[in-house]
Amino acid sequence: MSDGSMTIDAAIVPAAAARQTLPAHGSRRAYAAYALVTPAAALMLVMLLGPLAGVIALSFTDYQLGAPHFSWIGLANYQDLFADKVFWTALRNTLTYVVVVVPGAVVAGLAIALLIQSGTSLRSLYRTIYFLPVMATLIAMAVVWEFMLHPQFGLVNGLLRGAGLPAFAWLQDRNTALYALCAIGIWQAVGFNMVLFLAGLVSIPKQLYEAAEIDGASSGWARFRLVTWPMLGPVTTFVVVISGIRSFQVFDTVHVLTKGGPSKSTEVLIHTMYTEGFEFFRSGYAAAITVVFLVFVLALTLIKSRLADRGVHYT
Amino acid sequence: MAQIELSAIRKSFDGTDVLKGIDFRIEDGEFISLVGPSGCGKSTLLRIIAGLEPQNSGEVRIDGRPVDAIRPSARNLAMVFQSYALYPHLSTFDNIAVPLRMRRLSAIERLPLLGPLLPGRRVKERAIRADITAIAEQLDIAPLLRRKPGQLSGGQRQRVAVGRAMVREPRAFLFDEPLSNLDAKLRVHMRAELAELHRRLEATFVYVTHDQAEAMTMSSRIAVMMGGELIQAGTPAQIYNDPSDIRVAEFIGSPKINILPGRIRNDGGIDVLGTALRLACKATAGDCRVGVRPERIELGAGPFSGSVVHLENLGAEAFVHLAIEGTALRLIARLADVRHLPAMGSALAFGFPPDAVRVFDPAGKRIELRAEQAERIREPAHV
Repeated sequence: MSDGSMTIDAAIVPAAAARQTLPAHGSRRAYAAYALVTPAAALMLVMLLGPLAGVIALSFTDYQLGAPHFSWIGLANYQDLFADKVFWTALRNTLTYVVVVVPGAVVAGLAIALLIQSGTSLRSLYRTIYFLPVMATLIAMAVVWEFMLHPQFGLVNGLLRGAGLPAFAWLQDRNTALYALCAIGIWQAVGFNMVLFLAGLVSIPKQLYEAAEIDGASSGWARFRLVTWPMLGPVTTFVVVISGIRSFQVFDTVHVLTKGGPSKSTEVLIHTMYTEGFEFFRSGYAAAITVVFLVFVLALTLIKSRLADRGVHYT
Repeated sequence: MAQIELSAIRKSFDGTDVLKGIDFRIEDGEFISLVGPSGCGKSTLLRIIAGLEPQNSGEVRIDGRPVDAIRPSARNLAMVFQSYALYPHLSTFDNIAVPLRMRRLSAIERLPLLGPLLPGRRVKERAIRADITAIAEQLDIAPLLRRKPGQLSGGQRQRVAVGRAMVREPRAFLFDEPLSNLDAKLRVHMRAELAELHRRLEATFVYVTHDQAEAMTMSSRIAVMMGGELIQAGTPAQIYNDPSDIRVAEFIGSPKINILPGRIRNDGGIDVLGTALRLACKATAGDCRVGVRPERIELGAGPFSGSVVHLENLGAEAFVHLAIEGTALRLIARLADVRHLPAMGSALAFGFPPDAVRVFDPAGKRIELRAEQAERIREPAHV
């Protein structure tokens, strides 16, 4: 703390001295600086900070969409929220989804990236194939998944029957519905993570692998532990956080495939928010859910920036 | 310690021949420099010795045993890379510890969480620590052991890379242009350090460089490579004084050797710039090229004359650039006494003693002189 204030003092003193000797010149420069910052600051205020403040303010009101007036009700929305069983179910389901999808999508993405990187031919073909789910609209893909997972004529059950196993209603069973959605989530995120890992793998100097080989790391696993994994550290952090944030935002597949059912077993935060806000028009309540959601995302972002600060050893 | 033999090593990349049949034998304890211009295949040859690159044909033997089927990690050679290739996420200590941990700890003992709990690990770690401390003291890097490579200067990184190579007591050290990323002053310093290290370890050093000064100052033997072939190998003095090929003569020595057009007469005598040298050879009559090192040019007297077009005074010595009269040729002469420099543009007579002359045929091969005819070609009237 004292270090920080000292550097700030040191920076201010010469500036103040300059202002005293050259008042007109100094202030004109300051105005110019503010003028140049204004457009960006205004945009940020209108596009980012304004809506955020609006949502937070809204969460303290009883506003309903389309209602002519509203009143401040303090923390009543939050009290309702924390007393609501559906909210806790949604939060638990969302966290389960994140805990399954993030490791799954990160490990699978890394594994596919390593396989593609070590391959000799058809690299770009594989890259394109695995990246397809990222480019496709998830809503449309969810419809395809609905067919695939259909209890009677779905491809998955067809394969199961072919292998002599009993068919299963994946999305209609409360024990499996969430995990079926997790599988779709992993399928969708793998391609994106793979591309990021591939970029990270390409930037690892080849000589490090040669040095590892000379130093006696003869197995692929030893080289992975010694070079690949640590060198991918910054990329992995980024991939984990991005996957985490995107998993928190899960909505499209839930909305298209299960609508939160059966019996709330796939109810997730954003879906609850959508139902409350746009089906029951309880905008204030939905805003409170959004604030809770933002807290989680913010926490993830903070963790990432802390880890990124620690990762200075790569220069 | 090891003796390395290469026989008929060939290598091509995408149809381009990089190595065209290298036969060479590196003796135990030698400091051998592979030197040549970039693209001559010297680094590829080193990588083949290390096992990082497979040769297309030919055999590498270490201490008489073929190693072609043996992985780099099992050849027990250490390598120092041009970029040092230090692991950026590990401290200096851990960097140097890598080869020891790889060799002494089992795969289970190396596991991140479980490994340190195993009973044998602590004893082994203590031995590793002792080895590293000893190496760090030898190389003067003990205060740097906790730092990461990113916090070290170029020279310090270089030393850590050497430490990582030394700590495992390999059969031979391979260096791939290790000094080329350092500034000129540090390079000269590290040159002396590496030569001293070689004397102390008495290990086999194979050193790849494009800098002839590094090769000349450090090695016990130099192998000059050009265009994928090994042209000449010998002690620095042999390579410098007795080049077998004009490309070797031109590559070794700074400033470059002076090459003058010459002619071999029918009687075996040699003319240079229309003046007969009192030298003879057995070669057939025809064109030839005559090389004379800058320090063997004698200014002030001689059968040739030129005008001074450029002077380089380095303080301890000076180089005089002469334009030879009646030709477009330039020639460089070294002047040991910088207190009496010739004036720019002034005309100077010059000559050279017969034993300074190296004659090459048009293909660049050296032509042997008949020694009995050699005598000084200075004209007494000019003295």
